Amino acid sequence: MSKNPLPGLPDTVYYFPTCLVDLFYPEAGMAGIELLQRAGTKVVMPGQQSCCGQPARNCGYYEEARAVARTQLAAFPKNWPIVVPSGSCAGMMKTHYPELFKGMPELPEVQAFCDRVYELTSFLVHVMKIKLVDKGEPVKVTWHGSCHSMREMGVVEEPKDLLRSLSNVTLVEADYEKECCGFGGTFSVRLPEISAAMVTDKINNIAATGATQVVSGDMGCMMNISGAMKKAKTPVKGRHIAEFLLERIGRGDA
Amino acid sequence: MTQVSHDFEHAAVKALGNQQLRTNFRRVMTGLMAKRAAQFPDQDELQALRSRGASIKDRALAKLPELLVQLEQNLTANGIQVHWAETVEEGNKIILDILKKASARSIIKGKSMVSEEMHFNHFLEENGVAALESDLGEYIIQLAGEGPSHIVMPAIHKNKGEIGKLFQEKIDGQGFTDDPDELTAAARRVLRQMFANADAGFSGVNYAAADTGSLVLMSNEGNGRMSTHLPKLHIALMGVEKVIERLEDAAPLISLACRSATGQAITTYVNIISGPRKAGEKDGPKEVHLVLLDNGRTKIYNDPELRVGLRCIRCAACMNHCPVYTRIGGHAYQYTYPGPIGEILNPQMQGIEKAGDVLHASSLCGRCSEVCPVKIPLHELIVRLRRESIRPSGNSVKGGGSRNSSTENVIWFGWKTMYASPLLYRWGTWWLRKIGNLMPSSMPLLKQWTSVRTKPQFASRSIYDLARERGIRDE
Repeated sequence: MSKNPLPGLPDTVYYFPTCLVDLFYPEAGMAGIELLQRAGTKVVMPGQQSCCGQPARNCGYYEEARAVARTQLAAFPKNWPIVVPSGSCAGMMKTHYPELFKGMPELPEVQAFCDRVYELTSFLVHVMKIKLVDKGEPVKVTWHGSCHSMREMGVVEEPKDLLRSLSNVTLVEADYEKECCGFGGTFSVRLPEISAAMVTDKINNIAATGATQVVSGDMGCMMNISGAMKKAKTPVKGRHIAEFLLERIGRGDA
Repeated sequence: MTQVSHDFEHAAVKALGNQQLRTNFRRVMTGLMAKRAAQFPDQDELQALRSRGASIKDRALAKLPELLVQLEQNLTANGIQVHWAETVEEGNKIILDILKKASARSIIKGKSMVSEEMHFNHFLEENGVAALESDLGEYIIQLAGEGPSHIVMPAIHKNKGEIGKLFQEKIDGQGFTDDPDELTAAARRVLRQMFANADAGFSGVNYAAADTGSLVLMSNEGNGRMSTHLPKLHIALMGVEKVIERLEDAAPLISLACRSATGQAITTYVNIISGPRKAGEKDGPKEVHLVLLDNGRTKIYNDPELRVGLRCIRCAACMNHCPVYTRIGGHAYQYTYPGPIGEILNPQMQGIEKAGDVLHASSLCGRCSEVCPVKIPLHELIVRLRRESIRPSGNSVKGGGSRNSSTENVIWFGWKTMYASPLLYRWGTWWLRKIGNLMPSSMPLLKQWTSVRTKPQFASRSIYDLARERGIRDE
């Protein structure tokens, strides 16, 4: 269950696609928008946003992270929910912004912003109460839960419930499913050997399930996992859950 | 423990290359995680117990100075002699003086991580006192000349074959066997002799109850009871944060610690020591001492945010669940405490300039904080210390600011400039989309990334462009 207080069915939501999705996986981000629209809400994506600021914050560069956070705080002025197709970026905004602004006069405003932040799958399940009709061929998939989605946003079962609701999709659990994939942002390049050991184990466990696709709600993890699978020529395809779901219910279908 | 290099990364890479070690750790940690999970089938009970554990420790820490005074008074009233040591050197000297006064030339030791902080065995050896570890794991690594690789199971990096070879080499008359029962029996023969003959016994302390002046010790092998019970002199050593307000506070902490550590409901032995042998009693030591060590703990205590790290009850659940620790083992962490709790304690005890490398040994996955029985937000404290390592807030942490690097400062300044301005962000990412894919895999950062991964490909279009085309409002 999500940690957010849940709003009623919204007329309009804000969308925060994340910088990683903007730079590398814009179609995954667009899929999230379409799912929200199909579930019955209007979507607004302000052009004045950039990045949640997590990379700097995690490295201890709080002033820099705060400067970038201020840009996001200003980009979503209306009192609409802010939906994020990443548990990690959502977790940064929701759980770490109050800490970045601790003891500062804008803290109450920041807290009000944080209360509006939702992870996409949890929002689709709990707020939009989305119902999916599977139009795809039978497929076996496995799931990678992002650490921050599970431990900061409290989103564990929602995305898997969505996958399970698809009649032709078989969801199989990989060993060590809830273990970190080794991405950790700068961790992956600061201690590359440890990160490599982690992602190598991760993709071996994924491959051992016999699934043809691995689905995740975070493109950070997925960039790491599918990059490693491509390099190792593992015959499993990595997908963002939004793109996967949209494909199953049929793009553009009403 | 033996310290050759303080370069964490170097040691970690070496450990990653040791397949046997990785297999040993993975197997054991997986087993420990399953055992812990089986002990907490009810999530509500677990969370309630964790909150209780955290609040017991917080209550004790909130009154730490008063409780320590009360503890000393009640221990003294019970006939236990109390000593205070601010530094490792002082702690070692105090214990050596006690031993000298009693003309003790040999001690039998129960497990104590604080004694590892003090490099105590080495110190005693230099001063002509023979110290023998009586915890089986500690005994094994003492024979091997190594430090503990885990705070609860110190020899967990060794498998039975390796232990068999070690015993064959080091114990007189011992042939090779890899049968765990036979190996345990061999160690027992040596240790029993020493329990009977040692001039002094030594132990750590799990909890010290201020209200009754009692020392609570948990142990599985019975060696803890033998070390504290048989020799005529018993010296106990603890960090000042181990004090609890009331003896009854120990019960939930014991339950949390055992279930979190080894997945046991309770350890085989729980000893409560409340004084030396009294007149008319037939056994027990004639003299009991408690040495309380600070070694940087007061400094940790003085920072309200970092203070929560002192809640630690040393169960090791954080390392058992750590994806980094599981792959590199404990020795790579270089200093006394491995795993996430070590990432907090070592830099604060040793100073960030010396032990700050380890602050980056975390992907911040948060699993340590999730399983910590006293709710220490370990991964958040790691970030706090990363912050201290580059820009110290006052004088909170030893070596604060020592990891400030002008190269990194420039990188983050550039990052901030671009990402704080929507205009520069659009401009910068436009360029990245144009030329980013031409960057060679050999360039810094990409080189590390592509060691086991393909190069990520910048998309040709921005999501903001795609959205505009598809009629998504921007306001």
